[in-house]
Amino acid sequence: MTTQHTTATRDNDGTTTDPAHHAAGGPPLLPLGSDPLTSRGLGRILTAAGAVVAFASTMLPWTWTSAFPGDLTIAMYPAGLQLITLAGAVLTAAVLLATAGVPGLRWLTPGGKHSALLLLAVGNLAATWYTAGAIAVDLGGLVNFEPGMWIGVAGTLLAVVGALALPTDLPPGPEAGPQRPAPWKRLRHALDAPAPGTAAPLPGWAEILVICAACATGLYVFAYGIEAEDGPPFIGFLLLAAFAFPALGRAGLTRRLSVLAGRNRNTTLAAAFVAALLFPITQSNEAYTNIAVSVLIFATVALGLNMVVGLAGILDLGYVAFLGVGAYTAALVSGAETSSIGLHVPFWAAVLIGAAVALVFGLVIGFPSLRLHGDYLAIVTLGFGEIFRISVQNLDGDSGPNVTNGPNGIPNIPDLKILGFDLGQTHTVLGFELGRFANYYLLMLVFTAIVVTVFRRSDNSRIGRAWIAIREDETAARAMGVNAFRLKLMAFALGATLAGMAGTVLAHVEFSVTPESYKFVHTAPPNSAFLLIAVILGGMGTVSGPLIGAALLYLIPAKLQFMADYQLLLFGIALILLMRFRPEGLIADRRKQLEFHETGQLDTPTAAAPGLGKTEA
Amino acid sequence: MTTTTPADAPAPGSGPALGDVVLDASGVTMRFGGLTAVRDVNLDVRAGEIVGLIGPNGAGKTTFFNCLTGLYIPTEGTVRYRGTVLPHRSHLVTQAGIARTFQNIRLFANMTVLENVLVGRHTRTHEGLFSALIRGPRFRRAEQESEERAMELLRFTGLEDKREHLARNLPYGEQRKLEIARALASEPGLLLLDEPTAGMTAGETTATRELVLAIRQQGTAVLVIEHDMRFIFNLCDRVAVLVQGEKLVEGTPETVQRDERVIAAYLGTPFEGEPGEEEAAEVRAAEAATPRDGQHAPQDGQQEGRTD
Repeated sequence: MTTQHTTATRDNDGTTTDPAHHAAGGPPLLPLGSDPLTSRGLGRILTAAGAVVAFASTMLPWTWTSAFPGDLTIAMYPAGLQLITLAGAVLTAAVLLATAGVPGLRWLTPGGKHSALLLLAVGNLAATWYTAGAIAVDLGGLVNFEPGMWIGVAGTLLAVVGALALPTDLPPGPEAGPQRPAPWKRLRHALDAPAPGTAAPLPGWAEILVICAACATGLYVFAYGIEAEDGPPFIGFLLLAAFAFPALGRAGLTRRLSVLAGRNRNTTLAAAFVAALLFPITQSNEAYTNIAVSVLIFATVALGLNMVVGLAGILDLGYVAFLGVGAYTAALVSGAETSSIGLHVPFWAAVLIGAAVALVFGLVIGFPSLRLHGDYLAIVTLGFGEIFRISVQNLDGDSGPNVTNGPNGIPNIPDLKILGFDLGQTHTVLGFELGRFANYYLLMLVFTAIVVTVFRRSDNSRIGRAWIAIREDETAARAMGVNAFRLKLMAFALGATLAGMAGTVLAHVEFSVTPESYKFVHTAPPNSAFLLIAVILGGMGTVSGPLIGAALLYLIPAKLQFMADYQLLLFGIALILLMRFRPEGLIADRRKQLEFHETGQLDTPTAAAPGLGKTEA
Repeated sequence: MTTTTPADAPAPGSGPALGDVVLDASGVTMRFGGLTAVRDVNLDVRAGEIVGLIGPNGAGKTTFFNCLTGLYIPTEGTVRYRGTVLPHRSHLVTQAGIARTFQNIRLFANMTVLENVLVGRHTRTHEGLFSALIRGPRFRRAEQESEERAMELLRFTGLEDKREHLARNLPYGEQRKLEIARALASEPGLLLLDEPTAGMTAGETTATRELVLAIRQQGTAVLVIEHDMRFIFNLCDRVAVLVQGEKLVEGTPETVQRDERVIAAYLGTPFEGEPGEEEAAEVRAAEAATPRDGQHAPQDGQQEGRTD
């Protein structure tokens, strides 16, 4: 890897003129001319031209009417989807300059170069052409295009053609004989990239600055995604993001960043926490903070599930029941008029009671079921999850004692008042207006921080190691003196407690609790299946994985309501694709990455590498 | 467990060791349905002793090991460790002081070398979930002590350079060593090794032999299953032979090596038994011209073959 990397660097610095040297790179996918050097030069010119044209097009109107979401009619004022194309063009240009060796930009591509460029160009093409398509469909025909749209379409196409003419990052594999391999294979090869080398050490303050910048970028991207209008603007955002993130990965930036984050773990967590704390300030619309607090609850519960599934390896398909236990407990002691208990306790007590009741449920359910393994355990937990929902439905005074009001649930749960601070009211703090959902968001953030801390601390301890050992090989773990049953029960009960805690907040945020929201599968999160998908999609055994997975899983259906009928189908397809191409999830635990890809690339730890296995960020 | 008196290292095969009885298995029988895998086996191991357990494939050696370590519950018989009867739960057996390795390596493949050894320390440390969450000074001290002890063991087995490697990426021989290091981390009074040199080169086998001797030097008794006869006879103070679930012989390597029944069990007896009787009769009939003693003692061979 390293040799290829250095070769490529020399190549891109333009100091090497030997065309034979290009064998180190590999033939371009779409050669413009027989000489690789000519092709590379032409490719760069074309890509640059494409990026400039695309950029220019966003300064022109794309359509004549403001009926299309996001006003795309004003010259010199990019808006809505034009901003996506603009960002894509700028990113493409920056990476292009970095690959050409422009000083000051080289840090952008410590790993692969042309593969990242190609991905970005394709992403921009996808977003821009999608916009064109959406305008044509929404407004009825190509006549609705202003010249700017055509220019944008042409510019992005030009950039992709140019990027295809650049040499591939890696030399052709050993299986590539004299005959050219299939185009699909060649395309996949063109998207392969070498890993970045070891970074030159940065001063401590610079590392912290980089981490803060990364967190700020993350906050901005997330806030942009939440604020994007439903429908086309959000899809455009999603399209560009879906290409840009892998592109940054190819370029080696994510790897570099995770090394940095691993070195300054506490700083990273603090920066991420501050970024999350600042989020409500960036929002003016209650609807968006409402989404944000739901995302946060969902993500926190997913992280709790990750402790059970990702660390201890217990496949729990009824996890949402513990969220329900917490929510119902909180509702019963909230002083709601419909509560059969009629008790009103302060919130801190409600949290403790909710967590304790969930803990008891966890122990009661875990004690018999954790004697089973694998599929049987999964089936039993699924059964217990449904038993919870059906019991709650039947405790209505007819089929059983009236505890939960049956299918009607407990509505009108009053808002929380903590130390005289009414979370239901809008407050102005330091000149920023914080509405009801913003208040709950900040409250929930405290719980998220607790869960993150619990996860990290238990992971990196005697107990966490025993959990992972059980997941790896239970027989061997027992032979090493690990009381497997007791530890699994501990993980199960701890997961239940955390979910119960989150449930107490959920009850207040949503005003009401009903049995129907704690199903195994439901069209809206949180439910057991979605929680598990969030964990798997994001990456098992990591902290940031389930958070990101849950955010995606919540945002996409919330923003794309027109596909509500198909969302389960689409998630199914997405999961299959993910399992095929990235089984370790979006954020890979180092362990998992090695488990699924027999590369051995991460075999030897270097001094710069973070402590292995300790979950990232 | 480290307080065990170091044995005065008797040369291999130099008569019985002098330590206390560490392991006392008496009348261990294991039946799987109609199959009796281990029948009425008695075996004791004394402190500072290295005892070998040999026998042909399928003789029940690993089953016997599993009975000792609580992985199987023996149908009959008891296993005592330092006088107390062992419970049939493998983690309690480890806690009592018996550690083992596995015939087919069972490391925690996706954990680092250091983490593997730290898991072995599980029974000798007591920091629970709450101390892990609070991270007080006691937790830190315990973690640090565990790590120091684990590093000692890695140095002892020669793996200290690989502490951050994933166990799955180690070469085969080092995986075997890591399994031993992990087992030693539980500070056992008795170490059970299940084929520690299987698949090793001659050099690696010698290194393993030296490692086992060094373990004994530290005061841990060792019970080892092995197929490599040279390894066993060079290493052990005492060897027991298990054939078809029963203990055939037990004694010093010399005695066992010379025992005809052992040779018979491994190599079989000269072909004289009744399966060939019919054919032999045919041959005799064909060769009837040559008068010979046809009553060629088949009973002897039969007996010889059955003694196991």
